[in-house]
Amino acid sequence: MFTWANFVSQMFNGLALGALLALISSGLTIIYGTLGVLNLAHGAMFMLGGYAGYVAFEATGSYILAVIAGTLFLLVVGVVMERVVIRHFYGRPHEDQLLLTFGLGICFVEVVRFFFSSLTKTVPPPPLMSGITSLGFMFYPTYRLAVVGIVAVALIALYIVLYRTKLGMIVRAGIEDSVMVDSLGIDVYKVFMIVFGIGAMAAGFAGIVNAPVVSLTPDVGEAILVQAFVVVVIGGVGSFPGAVLGGLIAGEIISITSMIDPGYAYVMLFAAMTLVLLLRPHGLLGTRGRE
Amino acid sequence: MSLLEVQGLNSYYGDSHILFDVGLRVEKNEVVALLGRNGAGKSTTLKSLMGVVVPRTGKVMLDGQNIAGYKSHAIARVGMQLVHEERRIFGSLNVEENLILAGHTAPKRWPIDRIWQMFPRLKERRTSRGTDLSGGEQQMLAIARALIRDPKIILLDEPFEGLAPVIVHDLMKACRELAAAGQTIVIVEQNLAAVLALAQRVYILNNGHMAHEGPAAEIKANPEILHRYLGV
Repeated sequence: MFTWANFVSQMFNGLALGALLALISSGLTIIYGTLGVLNLAHGAMFMLGGYAGYVAFEATGSYILAVIAGTLFLLVVGVVMERVVIRHFYGRPHEDQLLLTFGLGICFVEVVRFFFSSLTKTVPPPPLMSGITSLGFMFYPTYRLAVVGIVAVALIALYIVLYRTKLGMIVRAGIEDSVMVDSLGIDVYKVFMIVFGIGAMAAGFAGIVNAPVVSLTPDVGEAILVQAFVVVVIGGVGSFPGAVLGGLIAGEIISITSMIDPGYAYVMLFAAMTLVLLLRPHGLLGTRGRE
Repeated sequence: MSLLEVQGLNSYYGDSHILFDVGLRVEKNEVVALLGRNGAGKSTTLKSLMGVVVPRTGKVMLDGQNIAGYKSHAIARVGMQLVHEERRIFGSLNVEENLILAGHTAPKRWPIDRIWQMFPRLKERRTSRGTDLSGGEQQMLAIARALIRDPKIILLDEPFEGLAPVIVHDLMKACRELAAAGQTIVIVEQNLAAVLALAQRVYILNNGHMAHEGPAAEIKANPEILHRYLGV
């Protein structure tokens, strides 16, 4: 049944989901923009971040340490994955890259299932952020509000790195034309490694920050991967601001449609994507296409 | 020893053989023109030197170092720069950022004022994004981006193509200044009058083979050489 309180509460859910999608999709979009590799293991990396955080939480009982562990573990996973496997596929056709990252994603999921089983794991929110908060006109889970703030801080940090540092300038130039960056004496393969590391780190961070909201299972990244792809397409491939805008739009579409009928959440999401593709084929904030 | 010495260069695009045993040499402070019909392999030669196309066989000695097979960034660090035909300006970066990025890893670089002096137009547009520049301004920036690295040798691929005569005039003046200052240049250009005014020596490529080499003065005196290879 439709009530205003319900609607506003769903808007907040949409904001929390949207912020999270914005962060995950930022990683996906800068990786694709710079390396030209569509990372189908991105959802599995989100999941790995959650489990790395879970392990750290079980060992220490600290939420902060869990977040740090989830984030750093994925930075390492990303860098190793790029150095050991992905780099050999830059010159290969896109199908090969897709199969590779898809396969790696499956491996990550099954390795986690092997060690942690398919049963759900939980990471509770830190005591300061648990319970509910009164917003005056309604009550809302405190941690979900906190997620919006935490993710906003992460997005601002990512913005500063991309738009206010020399590394960010190189990455933005690399998204446009990596061959030219290389011709100007900058080792673009090192840049690829850093970008993959940062993208993986963003997914891992999102994974552990989201862990207290959902129940952690090895499949938790699957739905997120699909949603993140839609976000990247809506926002424009390679565009960080596009990923943020697309994430917020997708979050709201999923949440508000779910209030009316959850079965239609994906239908509406894909309808929105189709609409964007028809009206602006490069996405809302995307520029010319790659290749 | 020559600054650049190329021997037996063979390059491919996929399975198609583009360059056949191409050889050339460029002395320090020299301006050399590379001529040929469309599809003769001029751009491929420049790209092969810069490592954008990786030559399958051959030797490319730059300042005593064999750079054949190096990645582009390593070749750039030895001191070569290629100004691409398509200019390849970073559209999301402004003029100044394009220059900062280019100079980032250069061991020695031009002071930015020297760039502004050579291209006052770029100074006026220093905060404009690459996408907002005119074709002529983009070409100036493409050349400036190479120069800021103070390259030992600069390869220009059709720098005057598609530009208004007044812009070509400005760019020619800049190229003359560079040559007078001792910059070593290899230039590919369809505008024969312009290129023969700049170059001291000329190579002519024909179907991927080096067909002719000689002083520019010789070509000016015997235009039938151009008739034979270029059909002009």
